[in-house]
Amino acid sequence: MSTQETNPDSIVEMPPPIESGHGDPLIAIRDLKVYFPIAGNRNVKAVDGVTIDIYAGETLGLVGESGCGKSTLGRAILRLVEPTSGQVLYRNNDLAKLSTRELRKHRRHLQIIFQDPYASLNPRMTVGQIVGEPLDTFRIARGRGAEQRVQELLETVGLSKRFTKRYPHEFSGGQRQRIGIARALAVDPDFIVADEPISALDVSIQAQIMNLLEKLQREKNLTYLFISHDLRAIRHVSDRVAVMYLGKLVEIAGAKAIYADPLMPYTKALISAVPVPDPVVEATRQRIVLEGDVPSPINPPTGCRFHTRCPYMIETCKQVVPPLVEIKPNHFAACIRISPDQPDIEKVAPGAAPGLEAAEQVISQ
Amino acid sequence: MPLSKMNNNGNLLEVTDLRTYFDTEDGIVKAVDGISFQLKRGETLGIVGESGSGKSVTNLSIIRLVPTPPGKIVSGKVIFDGQNLLTLSNEAVRHIRGRRIAMIFQDPMTSLNPFMKVSRQLMEMTRLHLGHTKQQAYEHAIKMLETVGIPDARARANNYPHEFSGGMRQRVMIAMALSCEPELLIADEPTTALDVTIQAQILELIKRLKQATGTSVILITHDLGIVAGMTDHLLVMYAGKIFEQAPTKELFATPGNPYTKGLLRSVPDPTAEQGELYQIPGLPPDVAHLPPGCPFAARCDRVQEICHREFPPFVQLTADHCSLCHFAHEVYEESRAEGARSSESNL
Repeated sequence: MSTQETNPDSIVEMPPPIESGHGDPLIAIRDLKVYFPIAGNRNVKAVDGVTIDIYAGETLGLVGESGCGKSTLGRAILRLVEPTSGQVLYRNNDLAKLSTRELRKHRRHLQIIFQDPYASLNPRMTVGQIVGEPLDTFRIARGRGAEQRVQELLETVGLSKRFTKRYPHEFSGGQRQRIGIARALAVDPDFIVADEPISALDVSIQAQIMNLLEKLQREKNLTYLFISHDLRAIRHVSDRVAVMYLGKLVEIAGAKAIYADPLMPYTKALISAVPVPDPVVEATRQRIVLEGDVPSPINPPTGCRFHTRCPYMIETCKQVVPPLVEIKPNHFAACIRISPDQPDIEKVAPGAAPGLEAAEQVISQ
Repeated sequence: MPLSKMNNNGNLLEVTDLRTYFDTEDGIVKAVDGISFQLKRGETLGIVGESGSGKSVTNLSIIRLVPTPPGKIVSGKVIFDGQNLLTLSNEAVRHIRGRRIAMIFQDPMTSLNPFMKVSRQLMEMTRLHLGHTKQQAYEHAIKMLETVGIPDARARANNYPHEFSGGMRQRVMIAMALSCEPELLIADEPTTALDVTIQAQILELIKRLKQATGTSVILITHDLGIVAGMTDHLLVMYAGKIFEQAPTKELFATPGNPYTKGLLRSVPDPTAEQGELYQIPGLPPDVAHLPPGCPFAARCDRVQEICHREFPPFVQLTADHCSLCHFAHEVYEESRAEGARSSESNL
C-alpha cells in the first residue's frame, strides 16, 4: 500500500485504497478543485474536491451529466485548465504546481483526445502536419524519420498511410477521430484523457473507435481516463467507473459492480435511466425517474448536492457533505443513508442515516 | 387514386414509394429513395438509422418541409387520413401541420423563438388552429405547460426560452406540439441533446401523453435503446432505403438483415459482460455516389458476388417483417436459430 506523500491537512476525503493487482497509481489526484470566477465575486465550482487514483494500464470511466465537471476534471489533470487547489501527482511530481517549462517535459506522456473531431483538427493543416507536429515539438523525429513515423501512426489507427497530404475536411467524423488518436499517440504517451471520444459519432462508428482504443491500450499499455455521458459505452470500456455529480465524485466501483449493484441513489437513477436495447427487458423494467434538473454549480445545494432530487433525502442530507466511504470491498459511495453494514438503501429504516458516523469520522480526520 | 375520407384498415398514415432527391454540386443525392410504410392509429413507429440514412428527410417529406430547392419530392404518396399530403395546396397543408400533425425536433432552442415569451408561442398555436380567443388561448397554454410537468406553470409561462433548461425547453416544445391534440406526433431525435436522467423524464412524458391522448407517434432516433422501449414497429434505414421493417420485438429478436444485425451487435449491452464489440467495418456510403448493387455490400460480413452486381429484393419474411437483402431468408433463419440457442442457455 503506498499512498502518495501529501499534506494530511489537505485531504478531505480518504483516498480509495489500492485494489489488489493494481500496483501503484500512475496518477493520483488529491482534493482537486477547479473554480471559475464569474461576475459578482462568485465562483462556478466545476470540480470541488476530487480525490482518486488512476492505476497504470486501467481504463477509469468518468461519467456524469452535462455540467457535472467531468471534462473540467480531465482537463485540469493535464493542466489545460488551471486547478484552483489540490494535487495531481504523476511520477511523484505534482503537475498542478510545476512551472510551464517543467510541465512540458511531462506533457509528452499525457495526452488528450477530444470529443469533436471537427473542431480539434486545424483545417489548414494536412494530416501529415497534424500528426507530425508533436514529433517536432518534442524533438522526437524530423524529416524522413518523422514522415515514416506519421505513416506508421496512421496505419496503427486504421487509416491509409497515403492520407498524409490530405486535409481534415476530406474525412468523415470517425476518420477524423482516428487522426486525433494518431496525434495523441505520436509522442508515445502513458496516459490519455479521452473526453467524449465517441459522442459525436454514428453507432456503427462508435464500436470501431471503442475497439481501436482497447486494442491500442493492450498493445501500448496505455492508461485511459475515459470521459463520457454514455453509460453503455463507459460500462463497456472501463475497468472502474467514477460517477460525478456537481463537481464531486459520488461513487467509484468496478464497472460490473456499478451496473449490477449501484449503491448511491444518483447512480441508481442514472443506471436505471439508460435505455436497454432489448424490447423484452424494456417492457418490464421499472425506471427511477428523477424530478427536476441538475442544480446550478454556481450555487450548489448544501450538504449532499444531490439532496434536491433524491427520493431518499432526509433532513440531515441538507447539512452533511457525504464523503466517499468504502461500502463494499472496492466500492465507494458518498451517501450517509448507507453504510458497510447496511449497503442497501431500500432496506434502511425511514429517516435513518447509518452512514453518518463513518462520514463524520472521515470529515474530522 | 380518388381521395377518400375512408379510414383504410385503421391506418392513419400510408407512405407509398416516397422519393426525395437533393440536387447538389456533387450530383443528385437520393436522400429518400422509394420507401413505403404504414402507421396505424395509436401506434408508435420508430425509424432508426445513422446520419445520412434519410430518416429525417423522410419526416420532413411527410410534413412537406423539405427545403426546395435543393430538395424535391420526386414521387410517391403520403396518405394522411385519406388525403394525399403531397398533392394538397400549401394552404391546405398548413392547416394540417401543427394542428393534426405536430413535430418535436432535436434542439428545442432552435425551434423556439428566442424573442417571444413561451406563453405567446403556445397561444399562437391554438389561436391560429383552434380559433381560441386570447383569454382561452392563455388558459390553454397554462394547462398544457402543467400537463408536461413545468413546475409553477402560470409564472413560468411569462419566461423566455433562454430562461428554461434544456429539458424544460423540450417540455415546452412538447406542450406546443400537443396543444391542438394532433393525431400524429413526429419526434425527430427528441432526447439526443439531453442528459440521461432528463431523457428518461422526456420519454416517460411522451409515453404518458400518448396513452392519455391516443396520438400516433413517429419516433426518429439513432438510439436502439430508446426504440426498444418506446415503439411498436420499427423501420431501419440505410442510404435512403428501408433495409428492414418489423414489429419492434421481432426485429430485435430475429433480425433478417445483416445491417440490422450488425447494428444490434455493435451496441454495448450494459447488462452483459462482453469482449470486443462487434464492429461494422468501413463507413456509411456517400449517398451521391452509390454503387450499383446493395449499398451495404462494401461493409457486409456475408457479402456475395451478386450483392455487388444486383440491387437486393425487399423480401417478405413474415406477414409484417420485410428485409432488403439477397439473403434475407438465410439471415432470418440464422437469427431464429441463435435466438433458440440463447433462450435455451438462459434456462
